[in-house]
Amino acid sequence: MRKLLLITAVSLTVLSCGNNKKDKETSSINIDGSSTVYPVTEAIAEEYRSEDPDVDVTIGVSGTGGGFKKFGRGETDISNASRPIKEDEKKIAEQNNIDFIELEVAYDGLAVVVNPENDWVDCFTVEQLKKIWEPGAQGTITHWNQINPEWPNEEIHLFGPGVASGTFDYFTEAIVGESGSSRGDYTASEDDNVLVQGVSGDKYGLGFFGLAYYEENEDKLRMVAVDGGEGCVEPSTQTVSDGSYAPLSRPLFVYVNSSSIQNNPKVVDFMNFYLNEAPSLLKDVGYVPLTPEEYKEQKEKFKSFVEKHQNNQK
Amino acid sequence: MNRIKKNRLKDQIFKAWGIFCTLLGIVLLAIFIGSILVDGIQRIDWDFITNLPSRKAERAGIYTALMGSVWILVLTTIIALPVGIGAAIYLEEYANKSKLSSLLEINISNLAGVPSIIYGLLGLEIFVRVIQMGSSVLAGSFTLALLILPIVIVSTREALKAVPKSIRDASYALGASKWQTVSRQLLPASSGGILTGIILALSRAVGETAPLIVIGALAYVPFAPSSPMDEFSVLPIQIFNWISRPQHGFEVNAAAGIIILLLITFVMNGIAVYFRNKWQKKFK
Repeated sequence: MRKLLLITAVSLTVLSCGNNKKDKETSSINIDGSSTVYPVTEAIAEEYRSEDPDVDVTIGVSGTGGGFKKFGRGETDISNASRPIKEDEKKIAEQNNIDFIELEVAYDGLAVVVNPENDWVDCFTVEQLKKIWEPGAQGTITHWNQINPEWPNEEIHLFGPGVASGTFDYFTEAIVGESGSSRGDYTASEDDNVLVQGVSGDKYGLGFFGLAYYEENEDKLRMVAVDGGEGCVEPSTQTVSDGSYAPLSRPLFVYVNSSSIQNNPKVVDFMNFYLNEAPSLLKDVGYVPLTPEEYKEQKEKFKSFVEKHQNNQK
Repeated sequence: MNRIKKNRLKDQIFKAWGIFCTLLGIVLLAIFIGSILVDGIQRIDWDFITNLPSRKAERAGIYTALMGSVWILVLTTIIALPVGIGAAIYLEEYANKSKLSSLLEINISNLAGVPSIIYGLLGLEIFVRVIQMGSSVLAGSFTLALLILPIVIVSTREALKAVPKSIRDASYALGASKWQTVSRQLLPASSGGILTGIILALSRAVGETAPLIVIGALAYVPFAPSSPMDEFSVLPIQIFNWISRPQHGFEVNAAAGIIILLLITFVMNGIAVYFRNKWQKKFK
């Protein structure tokens, strides 16, 4: 027993050493939300640290919805989101007297992929994708030749993100027309790497996920172009950022709490840094930057929001 | 074939089945550890241990997550130890065999089977919101302490039960009070078993992810906690975060993180085995 106490005491002493860094005057910025936006914000936070090491930026991954819950209670300064805020989430924020601004920070394309051995599909129309994924397809659309008679009479194996993910919400909204409405008989995983494994090991597989996951696995997968009404377009940095890869490219957002802007000048600093540095950092994490004009627009939007609230304070 | 031969054959078959069962677990574990080692061992160096999280896989390190895990371990021990041992001593030595105490016993065994995410939700409501600890190391430690408490209680009781009755009788015969018997005879005699139980419970706590994510542990923290009220991340969260990233470099990082986490649990289990052997010899 005495030994155990000794061990505890020693480890506590060890812990208390090497922790005197944080005694300096520091301010902190709390961020939470989407795990899709997380890599972007993490990259910015990492670089911001060399800019201003006294600011502690912390980032959680509660998901877009979980993040908005905390944001609406005023527990976080900034919320990452892979979809715009919903009405009921907005209401909760209003009830707690939280004013906020929505800023677009990047684009993400959703890639539709098949196995490299699949030599019959080059392009899906949105109608075809809808026919495959809509709720009514469950149990009825089971073979490739049901979508196009020229395609093989083989079972189609579907892979997609789980229902809790913002990617799923976005895909169903863009393709089926209603967010969250999809067939249920497909292999679902919150981990996109599992989907990559699935499609790359199955000749008759078909899946969708973030473009970054395709780019890292180009040798194992084949991307399929999507025809949103104006011809077949393959997703790429170019087509995602100019919007021609429709409807499967989406903006990623961050939301900033107004009282954080009033109480903590570092939040303003951080967001300016975010919008300035995003274009150069996004490539590292596999997302597509907005166009320079769009960034300028977001910066102006943010600037006037900051001015409005700093004036209110005086 | 006569009966003797038949029975011998059955015996052989059962033996083969037994060997298969034994090897199955070990072989699977060996394959797992082998593949993790192949993937991750070359990534482990001092920088990996001391670097902060980063968007670049080759620059990313586990420093803050590792320190978070160490803090959680120490605080969880401090909280769970006295409460768990106290409850076990009461149930084993003081409580009468009444309906109430058997109800308590059943409930404690049941608690050991509650999924960890439920403890996370409990912790979120009680420690984070009602007591307003925030998403701090302390709230995480209290949550994990609750999670391992049933294991600590059950194993402490087993250890107390294993103390030979002669030691108790001898102590009482010399006029010792109950507390004197417990503190001077029973606890030292059973401390090997108690310690083993606690360390095994802690090895479970160090691998928990779900309850900590629920109470709001973070994925990116650029500093090691310096007080129990600081925010934190832990190794399993860092590993989980890395494994879901698209870039392959992060998979290697995750493998390396898993090696470190396994190392921690192996060392803890090693300590448990060592103490058990030592104390067992002493009290035979």
